[in-house]
Amino acid sequence: MTSARDEILRRVRSALDGVSPAVAVPPAPRAPDRGDLVALFVERVEDYRAEVTRCTPAELDGLVAEVLNGAQAVVPPGLGLDVAGSVVDHGLTSIELDGIDAVVTRAAVGIAETGTIVLDHQPDQGRRVISLVPDLHVCIVDSSQVVADVPDAIALLDPARPLTWISGPSATSDIELDRVEGVHGPRTLHVVVVA
Amino acid sequence: MSGTFVGMPAFPTAARAALGNTQLRRNLAHATHTIRDKRAQVVGEVEEWEALRLAGAGVKEAALRDLATHLETLEESLIRAGAVVHWARDAEEACEIVAQVAKSHQVDEVVKVKSMATLEIGLNDHLEREGIAAWETDLAELIVQLGDDLPSHILVPAIHRNRAEIREIFRTRMAASGRPAPDDLSDDPAALAGAAREHMREKFLRAKVAVSGANFAVADTGTLVVVESEGNGRMCLTLPEVLISVVGIEKVVATWSDLDPMLRLLPRSSTGERMNPYTSTWSGVHPGDGPQEVHVVLLDNGRTRALADDVGRQALRCIRCSACLNVCPVYERTGGHAYGSVYPGPIGAILNPLLKGVSDEQTASLPYASSLCGACFEVCPVRIDIPSVLVDQRAAVVDSHRDDRRPKAEAVAMKAAAWAFSDSRRLAWAERASGLAGRVMSRFSRTTLPGGRAAAGRLPGPAAGWTGARDLPAPPEESFRAWWDRTDGGQFGEGR
Repeated sequence: MTSARDEILRRVRSALDGVSPAVAVPPAPRAPDRGDLVALFVERVEDYRAEVTRCTPAELDGLVAEVLNGAQAVVPPGLGLDVAGSVVDHGLTSIELDGIDAVVTRAAVGIAETGTIVLDHQPDQGRRVISLVPDLHVCIVDSSQVVADVPDAIALLDPARPLTWISGPSATSDIELDRVEGVHGPRTLHVVVVA
Repeated sequence: MSGTFVGMPAFPTAARAALGNTQLRRNLAHATHTIRDKRAQVVGEVEEWEALRLAGAGVKEAALRDLATHLETLEESLIRAGAVVHWARDAEEACEIVAQVAKSHQVDEVVKVKSMATLEIGLNDHLEREGIAAWETDLAELIVQLGDDLPSHILVPAIHRNRAEIREIFRTRMAASGRPAPDDLSDDPAALAGAAREHMREKFLRAKVAVSGANFAVADTGTLVVVESEGNGRMCLTLPEVLISVVGIEKVVATWSDLDPMLRLLPRSSTGERMNPYTSTWSGVHPGDGPQEVHVVLLDNGRTRALADDVGRQALRCIRCSACLNVCPVYERTGGHAYGSVYPGPIGAILNPLLKGVSDEQTASLPYASSLCGACFEVCPVRIDIPSVLVDQRAAVVDSHRDDRRPKAEAVAMKAAAWAFSDSRRLAWAERASGLAGRVMSRFSRTTLPGGRAAAGRLPGPAAGWTGARDLPAPPEESFRAWWDRTDGGQFGEGR
């Protein structure tokens, strides 16, 4: 008896018998130059009803504390920022994380055109689960990390790492196709853009 | 636990019933128009949209035309990244693989990311028979599952339900499968979403095994991609110890950079957003982060049948955005249930016959569930020429009846027409007969079309199928050929 694998591959080859595999794939076009990328990024993130604050490196500590407003946060081990009263994640269980209000992470890339933040879960961003279970996600993006569009991000990102692309807070359009923020992921996304 | 499409009547019968449901028609008109407007707005702001469509179609077409190579590469990359790869020829085989993996971990429940492939193979019912509860975690899927209902849209399976109906389903059904809805639940969408959040959270936190599909599978890196909104996908892909992904073999793209046009095309076409809230990508097992046992089931289930069809092959480019459903004048009025499949709308009308063949009456009725207006082709982000495939599938349906002992009325009419058209004297005779019929109808018919032309209403006998839903215009009293002879091609005046 042939294995399912061999059988499927045989069916595929037989289905394509005589079909040329050569297809001219036109290159994906680029969006026109949009000028100030950081300004566009901020505007587009705000369109998703996420909160965005811009600050200088010196203001960062104070600003994060202000955004957290006393909420307890979990932070990844490599955050590189002192967050008062925070818990450093060294393998917290999901149940433990469920009892924590907020999370503070950095990001890998920001995409201006779509208002997207991408996490590649390096030590300054932590495991995927920590930026998922708490209800408030404070994400620090350096203005130098902002790229124009999706193809720029794809070129910078390493597919060998797990990636999470975030565009605004958790949302659904499942009820009468009306967008509602806040289902299973963090219901509040606060992006801090440092320049 | 959930409804079934098995035994659904053919489209005309199911559509007639759906058209009589005014609540359904109101819900659908509201929803499809909302999403159409949103899509038009975000697509309109991309100047290079047409070039992007061409790129997206090219990426998928190229992957399909060398599918065996890409599948082998994908398998290799996945294994290198620590995943276990399974192959499933059909639905039964795929369900069996998922059940075996779940059972090997002694679980009696799994959490599920919304996935068309697992719906297609009827995974939930299979697992239920094996004593494993499969919890749908997407809000719309939850509404369908709790309501013992059927999905009616690819993206928003509960599009046929309005907020008041959803509130009722949550209030009466949630308690039976976990945390009940709050007593004072209102029909505000935010409150309904909140109830779903509370209901699902305990399931996410305790689940050991998750089942997902994938929007894309990248061959050269072994990366799977899930595009979603709510975060239920991230929960399922991250929290459990074991992840099983059922992936149709047509989901393959060749390289990592091929994701670029796809991730720009899909959200704008699907939910009408510049980008969906969450996209997750993972390549096998990532030590210390997420599931440490990762299975991928590569599913055929009719895809190689569609692949062999030179005209229909392009349907496998589909990225399940549902833009074609939202613009379709037929879908907007009948809703998704009438199509009798998890794939409704224009794409369903071609995908079902391509995957399954046209030997059963229900599937054979689907290529006719269209006015061929072409709106679906215009919005398709990967340029699937749905009208052309519909016409080709209609031909397949006709071909499948060529050897019938009792030919259909349509076939008899076509034979008669061929006989008349093949000889000018026969044609002239037929024209005289039809002109006479035209004169009789103009004199006696009580039905007139806009513009005043006489028409026949409902006719008896074999013509009933045609005239049941249409007026038959009276034939002109003078044929074109008779007019040409009389006036020498218009040289001797137009009038009579």
